[in-house]
Amino acid sequence: MQTFHYIKAASIEKALSAANGAKFIAGGTTLVDLMKLNVEQPKALVDINLLPLDKVERLPNGGLRIGAMVRNSDLAWNADVEKDYAVLSQAILSGASPQLRNMATTGGNLLQRTRCVYFREPGAGAPGGYGCNKRTPGSGCAALDGFHRTHAILGISEHCIATHPSDMCVAMAALEATVLVEGPKGNRTIPFAEFHKLPGDTPHIENALEPGELVTFVDLPKPVEGAKGVYLKLRDRASYEFALASAAVVARVEGGHIRYIRVAMGGVGTKPWRSHEAEAALLGKPVDASRFRAAAEAALKEAKPRADNAFKVELAKRCLVRTLKLAAA
Amino acid sequence: MADSSRLRFKHLRPPNPTKSSDELAPDQQSVDLEPLSTEERKKLSRRSFLSGLGAAGFLAGASPLVQAAPSVEPAPADADGGSGTLTLRVNGKEYKLQDLDPRATLLDTLRERLYLTGTKKGCDHGQCGACTVHVNGRRVNSCLSFAIMHEGDAITTIEGIGQPGNLHPMQAAFVEHDGYQCGYCTSGQIMSAVALLKEPIGTSDEDIKHAMAGNICRCGAYTNIVAAVRQVRQMRA
Repeated sequence: MQTFHYIKAASIEKALSAANGAKFIAGGTTLVDLMKLNVEQPKALVDINLLPLDKVERLPNGGLRIGAMVRNSDLAWNADVEKDYAVLSQAILSGASPQLRNMATTGGNLLQRTRCVYFREPGAGAPGGYGCNKRTPGSGCAALDGFHRTHAILGISEHCIATHPSDMCVAMAALEATVLVEGPKGNRTIPFAEFHKLPGDTPHIENALEPGELVTFVDLPKPVEGAKGVYLKLRDRASYEFALASAAVVARVEGGHIRYIRVAMGGVGTKPWRSHEAEAALLGKPVDASRFRAAAEAALKEAKPRADNAFKVELAKRCLVRTLKLAAA
Repeated sequence: MADSSRLRFKHLRPPNPTKSSDELAPDQQSVDLEPLSTEERKKLSRRSFLSGLGAAGFLAGASPLVQAAPSVEPAPADADGGSGTLTLRVNGKEYKLQDLDPRATLLDTLRERLYLTGTKKGCDHGQCGACTVHVNGRRVNSCLSFAIMHEGDAITTIEGIGQPGNLHPMQAAFVEHDGYQCGYCTSGQIMSAVALLKEPIGTSDEDIKHAMAGNICRCGAYTNIVAAVRQVRQMRA
């Protein structure tokens, strides 16, 4: 591991002023892992654990403001989240391990790298190593014709097919969260759908943050009256494993018809995959299995599978159908 | 810790004790060449020999983390204070550490600097849970945290949970239910299990398994581990 200068920031102002050429460290669960592999090699770390960003608070509009430093386990077990945003609680608890959830933060989960086995490989992107356009633009993508069983089928490009690994983000996409950011040029808000970027031909750019910007809060809108949220995660092991396919659904059913619907999928996209196609196929429609299946077909219509992850297409469809059944029950 | 290592490496002593170690072929040299005094042992333990000095042959094929000690300056004192000394509070005691490399993980610091070797290094990447300790009462993977980030935190290791003759109920339950075979994952399992007693998890065995999902056991003692955890939870209920 490369050595680094370490600064513990006592305030947001101090953190921002120290940010030049540095990386922020909160829980460290993804950053320290990648630093040990020399994938991340920050010259300086700004420790933001003292920043006053560790609360979950009701907003005047009925929504929820989640501090960037709130630990994943605290967020999942928060009484307001369990009651009004159950899909988020379920999603977080399905991810990682209890120890990691105690360390990881909202901001860190949002900003974890979109990674695959080749990205994590020491030497990838370097001459003689596996091609990884995310590590070194232009070096190729070893996953395309290599191991890609767990890789994405939606939002891919020929430059990168790594799957976005977060469960929390899939739920936040379905909840239409907003990301609040502070930086050298002041504060701004970023709609969740615009926060994460598709790889395109710049897979090394994964989110909308400018250099020196710090995520401070994630806001959730007012909960939808009478809606039910469900997160379903399908994977090779019953726990502590990334999704092969997952779905976050928030639905309100009235008189046997779907009056409100939001759908997002995980394990299949290069970013948290909000599915407007599925929502369009469901809104106003009666609750029945064939409608759910049609919505799933619509959600996966643009999927571009490769030889070893083609199974994900059918798996993702069935995952969505099952989740819709649970949410509409 | 005392002198047990002398006994441990007895079989590696040169066959002819009257020869000086310099005269021995490399494959006859043991790691502990001479018995060490307590002072010397503190400065040069077997572990520091293997991890710091790059002994040829021992480290062939080792991970990039175990390298010859780099000749790099310790991080300069930062602008927000900090004298280069870190005070760690572990198991109720304060330890002052000088010249700590900022890259030193909490795990390596506990083991190599504080000689609290009950916490184990399994994967060093937060995937196995053998390194589980408590920070401010919550279970974490100590391999994924830098020691310098823990000034002011209350850290608990397996050594602080109980002692021989005064076992924590969870330790006693592990013994009673035979919740281990080789023992390598055990301290992490126990630390995880003790922490989960204060977490809002459900009452079923499935709930225990999910709550213990961050601790893996190559020997497969899972059924007995769950039984031990179940028993203590029932006692506390």
